[in-house]
Amino acid sequence: MTLMTKFLGASAALALSAGAALADPAIIFDLGGKFDKSFNESAHNGAQRWAEETGESYNEFEIQSDAQREQAIRRFAENGNNPVVMAGFSWATPLAEAAGDYPDTKFVIIDGVVEAENVQSVLFAEEQGSYLVGMMAAMASESGTVGFIGGMDIPLIRNFACGYAQGVKAVNEDAEVIANMTGTTPAAWNDPVKGSELTRAQISQGADVVYAAAGGTGVGVLQTAADEGILSIGVDSNQNYLHPGQVLTSMMKRVDNVVYQSFMTGEDIETGGLRIMTLDNGGVGYALDENNAELVTDEMKAAVDEAAAAIAAGEISVHNYNSDESCPVMSF
Amino acid sequence: MDFLQFILTLDSTLRLSTVLLLACLAGLFSERSGIVDIGLEGKMLISAFVAAAIAYETGSVWMGLAAGMLASLIFAMIHGVASIIYRGDQIISGVALNFLASGLTVVVGDALYRQGGQTPTLAGSARFSEITLPFADALRDVPILGPIYSELISGHKPLVYVAFLAVPLVWWVLFRTRFGLRLRAVGENPSSVDTAGVSVVGMRFKALLITGLLCGIAGAYLSTSQAAGFGKEMTAGRGYIALAALIFAKWRPLHAMGACLLFGLLEAVSNLYPNIDVFGLFTIPVQFTQTLPYILTVIILGGFIGRAMPPNAIGQPYVKER
Repeated sequence: MTLMTKFLGASAALALSAGAALADPAIIFDLGGKFDKSFNESAHNGAQRWAEETGESYNEFEIQSDAQREQAIRRFAENGNNPVVMAGFSWATPLAEAAGDYPDTKFVIIDGVVEAENVQSVLFAEEQGSYLVGMMAAMASESGTVGFIGGMDIPLIRNFACGYAQGVKAVNEDAEVIANMTGTTPAAWNDPVKGSELTRAQISQGADVVYAAAGGTGVGVLQTAADEGILSIGVDSNQNYLHPGQVLTSMMKRVDNVVYQSFMTGEDIETGGLRIMTLDNGGVGYALDENNAELVTDEMKAAVDEAAAAIAAGEISVHNYNSDESCPVMSF
Repeated sequence: MDFLQFILTLDSTLRLSTVLLLACLAGLFSERSGIVDIGLEGKMLISAFVAAAIAYETGSVWMGLAAGMLASLIFAMIHGVASIIYRGDQIISGVALNFLASGLTVVVGDALYRQGGQTPTLAGSARFSEITLPFADALRDVPILGPIYSELISGHKPLVYVAFLAVPLVWWVLFRTRFGLRLRAVGENPSSVDTAGVSVVGMRFKALLITGLLCGIAGAYLSTSQAAGFGKEMTAGRGYIALAALIFAKWRPLHAMGACLLFGLLEAVSNLYPNIDVFGLFTIPVQFTQTLPYILTVIILGGFIGRAMPPNAIGQPYVKER
């Protein structure tokens, strides 16, 4: 018993000293993990960029299961970290629970909306970026059939699919878009084998460009597309380098910029509202670098840039799946 | 659906069934000897990781396969020591191994490659490539049989053939050899085997040895054949589906192949035709097709189609009478 008391005392002392840490910012990643070569990695890169430029440090945590979410938020808030940034739509529910208990801590949630005084919600206009890569897919496709592979079947991913299909149809009215979702549980973000098999299934149906919006599962999609000699489109981070000359482009979701800016602003970050990252403010876009320079023709680039300008100016309106839970050009 | 589409669906079925079949046969040996093996998932996962890492380091996929099998074997032996020698609870030991594999692969992988538990992408000879059987191209234009031979039978990766050739071999070992007879007896009534002067502990360890090797092949197939590298939790529950297939097959090898092919077919169909429209009357949602393996297993377990009788002495540590 005395031994037990000693241990308890020691751990309490540790907890106290941890609580006195500086007001470093903190980032919490979602289940895909910070090296998913996609969404979370983009967030990680933003945090790294901030750390390198300022020479300061930040705290981070990769959750291993859904049950850890609220605990992780509370731990960072109690630790004095400020602001606490979390990447992923699944954080909305636990953050809504916890945010009210820490009025002095500023929270930023990416891809989710929480209505609270001390939370900034950041959403991306995924449909706009997906529209652009959809146009490129339709222009690069010779068969007139293109594919989409999503991760977990949620409205966010359907919005990717819907924007993509709209872009495809804008270029080629008769083009066919085949869409598959990997699954309905969070495991769907981490199943490259299933991603690979879905890609083969789409190839057998004639697809010659596939767009993966599936986190870690996308690694398998891009790999199989490269193996089978068709083009693929990456997502979130710039994934062109994974298979140079075989990835048509990547739909960039500048999660890194959001994390970077949040860390830069620090405790003065504006909360209580919704921030939408669009083509107009550089929140989304497509990736062009030396790895895909040969794949993207001048004609393609001109068409996409024109559409991007038109979307930013409001001349083309891309339907957002979340606005009415339906998509005019495809059914799920 | 035209004929070629049909063939391609079956082709996809073979690829998807392979990993289930290997794991299912692995579980068959273990469970027939009286050891519950819920740790198929963990053994596959550790093997997938070790196979990918060694294949990447050596540049040889065969070295990767061997190392993966060895890793899985070590896990099987830990299970054996815990549940046979120390008579621990077999479920707990298996679950512990699953957790160990899940954590160990990511921690070691991250320490080695700094890619969050992923291994670097495998290329060239560090991956299995497809085997084109003789005359596959020449016969392609023959009606009906041509596509069956050149698309369906030819053009798979080596481990696919290994898995399906293992089925008759397992059947033969289990039902036509002295070893197989003793193995089945150990799972049904270990004391009678003991009375006959055969070591129960020895038999069960031999069964786990085979389980480990087969699980090792299954894991290596995932990371070096289906995918090109390891990703965390890449087994994604396939070990449990294999266990369901084993129950569905009532612990028999040929039925196991049937069950795995059925589960593979359901997955292939759900990949190719997400929502099936039945004559315009109603649609079968993709979720239903994906759940069907589990529903079928529950139906079998509930005794609605025949009876699934597990080996009699399964899950019970053997205590020698003195």
